[in-house]
Amino acid sequence: MNSIFEKFMKLDRRWIFLLLVIICVWAYKAKFTIPILIEDETRSIYDFIDSLPPGDIVFIAIDYDPNNLAELHPMTYAIVEHCWRKNLKVIFSALSQNGPGMADQAIRDISDSMKVDKEYNGVLYKGREIKNGVDYCFLGYKPYYGLVILGMGQNFRLPFPNDYYGTPLDSLPMMKGVINYDQVACVIDLSGGSITDAWIAFGQGKFGFPLALGLTGVMTAQYYPYLGSGQIFGLMGGLLGAAEYESLADNPGRAIDGMRVQLFAHLVIIFFIIMGNIGYFASQRRKKREEV
Amino acid sequence: MDFTTFLWMTFGVFVTLATFSFLYKDNPFYKFAEHLVVGVSAGYFVIILWHNGLVPNLFQKLADGDWYYLWLNSSEPWYIVPAILGMLMWTRFSREYAWVSRWPMAMYIGISTGIAIPLTMSTYINKQLYATMTLSFDNFWGHGGFNLLDPYSGLSNLIIFVGVISALIYFFFSKAHEGWFGRVADLGIWTLMIGFGASFGYTVMARISLFVNRIQDVDDWGKVAWNSTVEPNPNYSNWFLVVFWGMVLIIVVYIIKEIVQHFSSKSKAQTQA
Repeated sequence: MNSIFEKFMKLDRRWIFLLLVIICVWAYKAKFTIPILIEDETRSIYDFIDSLPPGDIVFIAIDYDPNNLAELHPMTYAIVEHCWRKNLKVIFSALSQNGPGMADQAIRDISDSMKVDKEYNGVLYKGREIKNGVDYCFLGYKPYYGLVILGMGQNFRLPFPNDYYGTPLDSLPMMKGVINYDQVACVIDLSGGSITDAWIAFGQGKFGFPLALGLTGVMTAQYYPYLGSGQIFGLMGGLLGAAEYESLADNPGRAIDGMRVQLFAHLVIIFFIIMGNIGYFASQRRKKREEV
Repeated sequence: MDFTTFLWMTFGVFVTLATFSFLYKDNPFYKFAEHLVVGVSAGYFVIILWHNGLVPNLFQKLADGDWYYLWLNSSEPWYIVPAILGMLMWTRFSREYAWVSRWPMAMYIGISTGIAIPLTMSTYINKQLYATMTLSFDNFWGHGGFNLLDPYSGLSNLIIFVGVISALIYFFFSKAHEGWFGRVADLGIWTLMIGFGASFGYTVMARISLFVNRIQDVDDWGKVAWNSTVEPNPNYSNWFLVVFWGMVLIIVVYIIKEIVQHFSSKSKAQTQA
């Protein structure tokens, strides 16, 4: 019996990879749904946006590179579509160096999906044309994100005299009278790196606007203290956070689709962790016995 | 979807497979994908920096000046100062004049430190300390009834308070970890381990998410490239699909060759032993 568990300890890791690939592909192809338990920290972001009156401005910072796209893109799609269905205006920035092109593509994709009528949570939303400068303003990228965040606190025009497409901010209808964070209902930072720290310290810390975070799974655990201290009002962690938002917004997308795979992949990993640990303790016991 | 987009999608699928081939072992396909990512990222960053940094923040500001006046006759001539400071950074390439680069460095570090220290102290230390010290037992079992996952509950406050104190005691090395002090330090280790466990769990989820995204992209490519009848999509040229599957075949053959080599060398070693 011991030898089976000990074999698990010595198992070539490539067999585990192969098993994970098989399980993940099977779970992706099998069409069934799993329930998504909504956590308070995600619900608070949804409720905040849902309670805003039409015409209010939400600042969404798409601060991630394509390597974090898998976890953070579903959040962007779900939140931005929710904002636009509620007739909110959105200011975008992309302060991660490899992100602006990807962010621009995402904005175009979501704009396209807004053209059709859709029903969310039993409410029918008529399709409409999303116009640059009217429904959104994409500021783009500028280096040294800490200074950019501080600069926007004085005036968006300081770091961004023009938007991503080269149009002066003053000539965009939605930016008339919009000077700095004071005219923004909240900032939602979707980030896969240290830009989040800059938004907390140089943004929320200095200017005091409501801040919510959407983070990669790797980062999530270390940002929970800011939730308890009230420095952020919401937190979405990894694909689970995105799936929760999609579920709340009744807009199932890639995140909910991926949670099925997550469930089975986690089961496989937990199985191997348990087996490896049993093997470890069994081998320790055997060693002790042999010594006696 | 136009053919160019489909072509890029196909290349994306190929690079995905090349990257995952590393899970077996390092190989030329993986190396190609790795170098491609690094090269494309660096190239893209340079162009983005040029068009979003230097052009609007320097060249456009000095555009109305003349070079023979060293742009001092432009409407915003002070932008020459950061340009000169930036260029002084390049003196690092000379051993003799490398010391000059300390001036822009000193200015950059000085400004950054001046901005960062007060805000960092306030955000990461003071506000966190206040939040830990203001121990509130309101809604002890969570808002709206019994909810152990509620981060705003009184129970969460108590756990954070006890966890912070015990973890700090674990890092207090001026007193031996014995008796009640040692037991509190042990609780500190448990607190840290639970924290690391939560991070590990989220990290596993993050890694699987990356794989899920790749599966979704390959599936999307498959839906475009092949009809539901498992026939090549007539909108895209069949020879192209043949080339793609040829490349996949090369990767698979390479991996099989490696596996065969691995087992044959293993059996040789056993025979020799």
